[in-house]
Amino acid sequence: MTGLRYVYAVCRPFDAPLQAQLTGVAGDPPRMLTHRGLVAVVSHVPVEDFAEEPLRAHLEDMDWLAATARAHQGVIDALTTVTTPLPLRLGTVFRDDSGLRTMIEEREEYLRRTLARLDGRVEWGVKVYTETEPAARETPGRPAEKPVSGRDYLLRRRMRAREHEDVWQRAEAFATRLHTSLAARAEDSRLHAPQNAALSGARGRNVLNAAYLVPRAHSEEFVELVDRTKDEASGMRVELTGPWAAYSFAGEAADTGEAADTGEAADTGEGT
Amino acid sequence: MTMSGRLPEPYGSGSGGANLADILERVLDKGVVIAGDIRINLLDIELLTIKLRLIVASVDKAKEMGIDWWESDPALSSQARSDELARENAELRARLAELEPGRAREETP
Repeated sequence: MTGLRYVYAVCRPFDAPLQAQLTGVAGDPPRMLTHRGLVAVVSHVPVEDFAEEPLRAHLEDMDWLAATARAHQGVIDALTTVTTPLPLRLGTVFRDDSGLRTMIEEREEYLRRTLARLDGRVEWGVKVYTETEPAARETPGRPAEKPVSGRDYLLRRRMRAREHEDVWQRAEAFATRLHTSLAARAEDSRLHAPQNAALSGARGRNVLNAAYLVPRAHSEEFVELVDRTKDEASGMRVELTGPWAAYSFAGEAADTGEAADTGEAADTGEGT
Repeated sequence: MTMSGRLPEPYGSGSGGANLADILERVLDKGVVIAGDIRINLLDIELLTIKLRLIVASVDKAKEMGIDWWESDPALSSQARSDELARENAELRARLAELEPGRAREETP
């Protein structure tokens, strides 16, 4: 009984084995702890890294955070291929197995209800980017031509600003249309804040960042639908990620029925 | 990696090359919050709140915390874009005044 218990997810019992070579957080391959007919997927992690103080310090370290997040996601991914996991937030840590069992007892009803709601469903992520930074469009035609006068300079700046606006309006209109049509094919949807290019490393500006809850059986159709829209989008890039575990739909809020407000594209952080 | 015969191949994400923002957004901000024995409030983590500018937090939660950087980021908000245009115009007028002292006044709308 050494170390702490890092929990990735709670699932219903499943038969298929997890990939043998799966290394979890802190390099400890995930294990199953079954209690009350629910399976918690856990790694044993060292106290010196996962007790409150060290964990807090580690979370300030981008490299550690990135590696841990990828390890966490790796396990969730593996689970998603064999069952429908209820993914927990990174850094859910218990002192020992008995603490974990107590949690399962206390949350049993909620866990069962949520697992039932998500059963057989996956999440697809769809992002729309403007293909070029509007500001970068100034160069292509005639690069080094200096404005001949202040008035000329001003005129050009005004034209550029107008182009700028056009690009945004088209991007927003496209993103709204796309979201409306995808949301109609999904059981549920969420709009997330646009991603910061500095972190995502993606080209262009992120104008839509959405998640859709789709039954596995309908996933192929959904993916095809997204693929088709890629051709319509001139000057924009549509990116699909998934299938993810239903992260965006796992939270408490999602089953209180208050989620309706996320159904509108107008929510995109003032974007649309 | 079996049993998912009906599932299309992962797109970008999954085990391979999902961008870090996609992964952080999900594992840090989505997913179920269950208080473990080790209590860490992710919102206390400076790296996440400042360096990542909370892109991993949901809009509502961030607003609740008074974080609304995207509203002043021209890339993300049309209000900010028009503010930016207004600011740019003011700058241009100033610049014009420097370049052509005699004409600046008639240029100003």
